Amino acid sequence: MLDTIFFYLFALLVVGGGILTITRSSAVHSAICLIGSLVGVAGLYLLLHAEFLFAVQIVLYIGGIMVLFLFVIMLVNLDEAARERQFNGQWWLALACVVVVGLQIAWFMRKGAGAFKLAPAAAAAASAAKGNTEAIADALFSEYLLPFEIASVLLLVAVVGSVVMAKKRI
Amino acid sequence: MPASLWPSWAEMLRFLPEIILTVAGTLIMMLEPVLGSRSRRGLGQFALAGLSAALAAAVVADGSPGPAFSNMLVVDGFATFFRVLVLAVGILTVCSSYPYLNREGASSGEYWALLLFSITGQCVMASANELIMVFIGIEISSISSYVLAGYLRDDKRANEAALKYFLLGSFATAFLLYGIALVYGAAKSTNLAVVRAAVEKGEAPLLLVGIAAALMFVGFAFKVSGAPFQMWAPDVYQGAPAPVSAFLSAGPKAAAFAVFLRVFMTAFQGVSDRWAPVVWISALLSMSIGNFAALRQSNLKRMLAYSSIAHAGYVLVAMAARSQSGSAAVMFYLAAYALMNMGAFAVVAHVAGKGERYVEIQDLAGLAQRQPLTAAALAVFLLSLIGVPLTGGFFGKFYIFKAALESRLIWLAVLGLLNSAVAAYYYLRILVVMYMEEPGEVTNGLGPLPLGLKAALAMPVVGLLVLGIFPSGLLDYAVKSAKFW
Amino acid sequence: MTGVPLSWYLILSALLFALGVAGFLFRRNIITVFMSIELMLNAVNLSFVAFSYQLKQVNGHIFTFFVMVVAAAEAAVGLAIILTVFKNRETLNVDEVNSLKN
Repeated sequence: MLDTIFFYLFALLVVGGGILTITRSSAVHSAICLIGSLVGVAGLYLLLHAEFLFAVQIVLYIGGIMVLFLFVIMLVNLDEAARERQFNGQWWLALACVVVVGLQIAWFMRKGAGAFKLAPAAAAAASAAKGNTEAIADALFSEYLLPFEIASVLLLVAVVGSVVMAKKRI
Repeated sequence: MPASLWPSWAEMLRFLPEIILTVAGTLIMMLEPVLGSRSRRGLGQFALAGLSAALAAAVVADGSPGPAFSNMLVVDGFATFFRVLVLAVGILTVCSSYPYLNREGASSGEYWALLLFSITGQCVMASANELIMVFIGIEISSISSYVLAGYLRDDKRANEAALKYFLLGSFATAFLLYGIALVYGAAKSTNLAVVRAAVEKGEAPLLLVGIAAALMFVGFAFKVSGAPFQMWAPDVYQGAPAPVSAFLSAGPKAAAFAVFLRVFMTAFQGVSDRWAPVVWISALLSMSIGNFAALRQSNLKRMLAYSSIAHAGYVLVAMAARSQSGSAAVMFYLAAYALMNMGAFAVVAHVAGKGERYVEIQDLAGLAQRQPLTAAALAVFLLSLIGVPLTGGFFGKFYIFKAALESRLIWLAVLGLLNSAVAAYYYLRILVVMYMEEPGEVTNGLGPLPLGLKAALAMPVVGLLVLGIFPSGLLDYAVKSAKFW
Repeated sequence: MTGVPLSWYLILSALLFALGVAGFLFRRNIITVFMSIELMLNAVNLSFVAFSYQLKQVNGHIFTFFVMVVAAAEAAVGLAIILTVFKNRETLNVDEVNSLKN
């Protein structure tokens, strides 16, 4: 029962934050609303017994990525931009996409309820036997060793790329 | 838990090309601050050596085929084919970039390092056997490509190209990921073989698999610039530095087609009657949009960009055939296309001059009188792009339409042939300007061809003529390796 | 944990993804467009974690982890690109960054 209440609470945060992110005219407000939405997603992770991801979401997404966003927004000073017209003429395209995804949701509603029953007790038992972080570590350093290593190349690319874009002269 | 975390030597060997590329890229960046300004010019040669070593490693790795790292990777004929292809594209890119960067005064270690990392990502894509590797490979390749596209960051056109490439590329990645998430939910795994088994046995809910395939199609279509998701290509190819445009139209595109083909021919093989019509429509749209838009261009780079959309359409025709010969035709065509497009862009890079001021078709006027060999090379590339016999492009198109006819895609083959006829017009127009008109200001002021560009022109010419006269060697290899289990 | 069926999580995720797509298509400010992409990625992550919970595996968690790593890398490079655009043009309006010929 409590779970259901929390689900609604976080879902509200996620959707509300998302809607505000894409409608607020000030970029700073958008970023703050996006942080709210990301906190909601983190809460849902907790409900789904993904404690490790909950922590990563807070530390990396909100603490890292969003702070970077805010830095850039402050750096480029968007006061001027906030006064301009905010939306382009593609609202019909956006509307079409929303309708398509809406249809998909309707499908899920109809089909999904029957097809996806959560097995209640077993999940809790599985995660109790071994902590979530421990289970992730086991998988990450055995089965997923290669993606883990190759991700370091990705981070190196990001570092080099940002330096190329930012340094004084090529 | 496995007994040992240390992978076996056979696994290391199968991953050797990527290891060599990463080490070479890192070394370049470590060497750059240590070296004096004179020896820094040798970094390009170092990148070339790294690529050649990786090419050799890819060929050696083909001797011990099999999966590696708990089925994350698989080395088979298909993987080797695309690894060799992207590495060859890398070598050509280094050859044409070297004089270009010197001319622009923008030579730096980061350029070569990013190029090598991007190719690492494409090698990972070619051998990926698990959607997580597909995803990480695509991202390594794309993120370095975004930066390469905007490498000349004081140039507004390059800025714009990087921005558009980045925003639309990330947008496409999100679609791809959403598709992967649904695949995971439907098939309980992201391993391609497991997904395939689940789909064929009917364990995976068909609806979810269908939506997942559609979302992944959107993601891949963006990456290969297939219609209706092609709109980024003209702006990006026009704005990026010419050698980078050449690279983007050959390397990442070939690797994206490799994963596109592998994912759809393995994981979604069981639902292929459902996705085939979508590929059919996309193929037709890409060919028509690309060719008819290219007709109206006066900017060479933009015209080549539209033509690359059209060529993605031809490749999609072969994919729509859903057969072994179709997959082999895709492989053959991508190899020929990489050669002819890289070559054409190399000529553009030469003629454009410092700051890429001369990129109009009219700027080529009289090139044949001033630099007959350069003009002859460009003529070979253009004839191959048209699909004239004795060039690799002819057999590429021939195998594609043959595969389409074998799979009874008669209308698509007919429309494709009509499209090729339209395309002939705008390629011939360049030939006319080049051979029939008097030399203009641009061609008169043209400097001699630097050594790097000579190599970047000679290798594709030889390759295309070999493919055009003895196509059977490559085709046999492609047919043999286009078997997915 | 009995009350909430998986399909609700999936619907929420689809909704969030749709919001991201809508934001991407009709916002004009480049940074907000980029933030819409972050919304889409979070929708994907939510799906992964929900499926993972249902299947009692951690594979989905690991996928989510990698998505976050990639998102961080993309943000670093993307914001650097946005900064160079701003430096050269003094605008962050998508429609004004359009000098290449149509």
